[in-house]
Amino acid sequence: MNTSADQLKKIEAQEYDDLVNQTKPKPTVLKNCIWAFVIGGLICTLGQIILNFFMGQGLSKLDAGSATSVVMIFLAALFTGLGWYDVLGKHAGAGSIVPITGFANAIVASAMEYKREGFIFGVGARIFSVAGPTLVFGFAVSVVIGLIKVVFG
Amino acid sequence: MGMNELLMAFLVGGVLCLIGQLIMDLTKPAITPGHILVGYISVGALLSGLGLYQPLVDLAGAGATIPLSGFGHSLTQGTLKAVEESGLLGAISGGVEATSAGITAAIIFGYVAAVLFNPKG
Repeated sequence: MNTSADQLKKIEAQEYDDLVNQTKPKPTVLKNCIWAFVIGGLICTLGQIILNFFMGQGLSKLDAGSATSVVMIFLAALFTGLGWYDVLGKHAGAGSIVPITGFANAIVASAMEYKREGFIFGVGARIFSVAGPTLVFGFAVSVVIGLIKVVFG
Repeated sequence: MGMNELLMAFLVGGVLCLIGQLIMDLTKPAITPGHILVGYISVGALLSGLGLYQPLVDLAGAGATIPLSGFGHSLTQGTLKAVEESGLLGAISGGVEATSAGITAAIIFGYVAAVLFNPKG
């Protein structure tokens, strides 16, 4: 233990930083990516199972897709309220952010924090702190594409 | 068909999430989870307009529709369909019409969950 501490002291600060940068982040990035891939993949697989169920019930592809979104959003809102989604998110990173469940999670998590500001302008407003920008840009892109189609057919 | 369908959803959904993780890790701390959501819905809507997202949906089903890029795809497809039916008005109304169930569910379930539960820790 002593010798390794002595050796560390001898390495100049810059070299040490370089060494840390070289060795530390890469395994972390790799680990994060594996977690994101597996958890994100599993969330989508669950979505496919729910989608297949609704199509089996005779819903059209579009309606089955909508119903699947509703169920996934419900589950994510519930699990966020229970505190389970954040536990998952600690490991899964983007695996829990990118799916539509991450959108629902962002809505509940940001709204929950602002209860002390009231149920109308606290919770009611903070629901949109992440969902708002997401919808603004989603709407903007799709409307522009729609306008392009109106103009150019 | 069944198992293959689930496997494709897992693989493609997983890769879309992996890309998001790479973007966040390699740009830390500039790109936040909020940016990821905004980016995915926007890029999904754009790719859909270019005709590039539907093939991914055909290949992977929920693996392409559950990620938020799939929400952007629904916005654009709803808009384009509504433009065909009602022209300019459709460009404004079509996106929300196609995604209304998800948007309303997110707002209502989100509000109820935020009222019923308290933050942990």
